[in-house]
Amino acid sequence: MSGPRIVYNEGYLDEQTKRVVRRALLKGVAIPGFQVPFASREVPMPRGWGTGGVQLTASVIGPADTLKVIDQGADDTTNAVSIRAFFEKVAGADSTTRTDHATIIQTRHRIPETPLTENQIVVYQVPIPEPLRFLEPRETETRRLHALEEYGLMYVKLYEDIAKYGHIAKTYDYPVLVNGRYVMAPSPIPSFDNPKMHQSPALQLFGAGREKRIYAIPPYTDVESLGFEDFPFEPQSFDQSCEICESTEVYLDEVLIDDQGGVMFVCSDTDHCERTLTTRDHDHITEVNA
Amino acid sequence: MSIVIPQNLTPGFANPVRDAQQVFRAVLEALARPTTPQHVNVDMLPPAPLGVTVGAVILALCDEQTPIWLDPALRGAPEVSAWIAFHTGARIVEQVDDAAFAIASSPSTAPRLADLARGTDEEPHRSATLVIDACCAPGIGSLKATGPGIPGVAHWDGAGLPNEFLTQWQENHSIFPRGIDLILTAETAVLGLPRTTALNAHTDEKRNT
Ligand SMILES: [Zn+2]
Repeated sequence: MSGPRIVYNEGYLDEQTKRVVRRALLKGVAIPGFQVPFASREVPMPRGWGTGGVQLTASVIGPADTLKVIDQGADDTTNAVSIRAFFEKVAGADSTTRTDHATIIQTRHRIPETPLTENQIVVYQVPIPEPLRFLEPRETETRRLHALEEYGLMYVKLYEDIAKYGHIAKTYDYPVLVNGRYVMAPSPIPSFDNPKMHQSPALQLFGAGREKRIYAIPPYTDVESLGFEDFPFEPQSFDQSCEICESTEVYLDEVLIDDQGGVMFVCSDTDHCERTLTTRDHDHITEVNA
Repeated sequence: MSIVIPQNLTPGFANPVRDAQQVFRAVLEALARPTTPQHVNVDMLPPAPLGVTVGAVILALCDEQTPIWLDPALRGAPEVSAWIAFHTGARIVEQVDDAAFAIASSPSTAPRLADLARGTDEEPHRSATLVIDACCAPGIGSLKATGPGIPGVAHWDGAGLPNEFLTQWQENHSIFPRGIDLILTAETAVLGLPRTTALNAHTDEKRNT
């Protein structure tokens, strides 16, 4: 039996909703890192994706686009495949699994390893847009804190980690300061990916559907992960290389390989892994034939 | 007052879904990459003196939720208000600070930035977007632009900016996160200036130091 079929509501793409989202996107780009509220009706979506990312992609994409969708680092999950197929159908867009061929990359939980370019837009699916939420549950209050640029609480919280564990415990959705002004939640990407947001040539858009918030990082914008002079931000790092393609300095997933608890470490970015392997094998064959 | 009936109005987008997407995308890229023109291509004939690209931006972004202010030249042509109302449902407002979009048919008829809604520190997104028809406008000088979306420094001739604009813009830039965002339209392109862009005259300072 196959999994539950995902049914997308085509009414999703009505022009009124798109205009609301589009206007919010323009304000988001003009105020980097600021969460723009937008009012739209509820739209049904498969569990685990929420509506934010798909709403943004639906508002941005056109027939000239090539869409890549990744869930964690993978292009081949049920949701990623369904979303690609959906936009091929309703927007007439092409789709790809190759980062270097995509004009729009919709992502949940990763930024591709392949460097992004000026021709690309990254759309992040965001579950919790408010970085101060776990410090201050009241929306009126967090809005005021952002207005006053009052981020002391956030630093206190991070410093408590250092006092307790000797380092900052947060390893994903690690808060950043955008353009020196707004503290922003980058969505649950690993802190390994945080440096990729800084001065990226690509435009980065963030959508939280349930909370109805949109925010953005324009290209070539400073994105600084919060830290302290004596305890600067340190992205996660891996001592070993991918056991499939031998890449180093990539984000690795620990994968169970048998029922005895055996594991191997492989690239989370499946497109990067496949292409690195192909190139390596090709080079190897060329060497052998030479 | 003359009454304009819909039958006399020129059509809007030939392909509403695709044209709106294409125009929006150009405006998005324009604000994301300030001072770099983004190509727009629509086949449309809005009533004069409303330019094609300005008309396209209005159709792509405006509706019942976005009050629009028009400069006197546009206001003086009843077909323009009727065309906008018919195709978008947007309300035309008298007071410029009530507008979500302020439309000027030329640089010289643009309202002063300080007269537009500039948002609040808590809600800086509730600010106006100014759209100026800069079709065929000459450059005003040698400008340097810096800020988000610009790798390093961009050099720009400021074509389409109103007279004595720099001081206004610098004040607008200084009240961040509040502020006006500007869209300049040409015959087949849009150019964006979000509030984050710092604009300075490219003066002789280098030669003197
Ligand atoms: Zn690999």
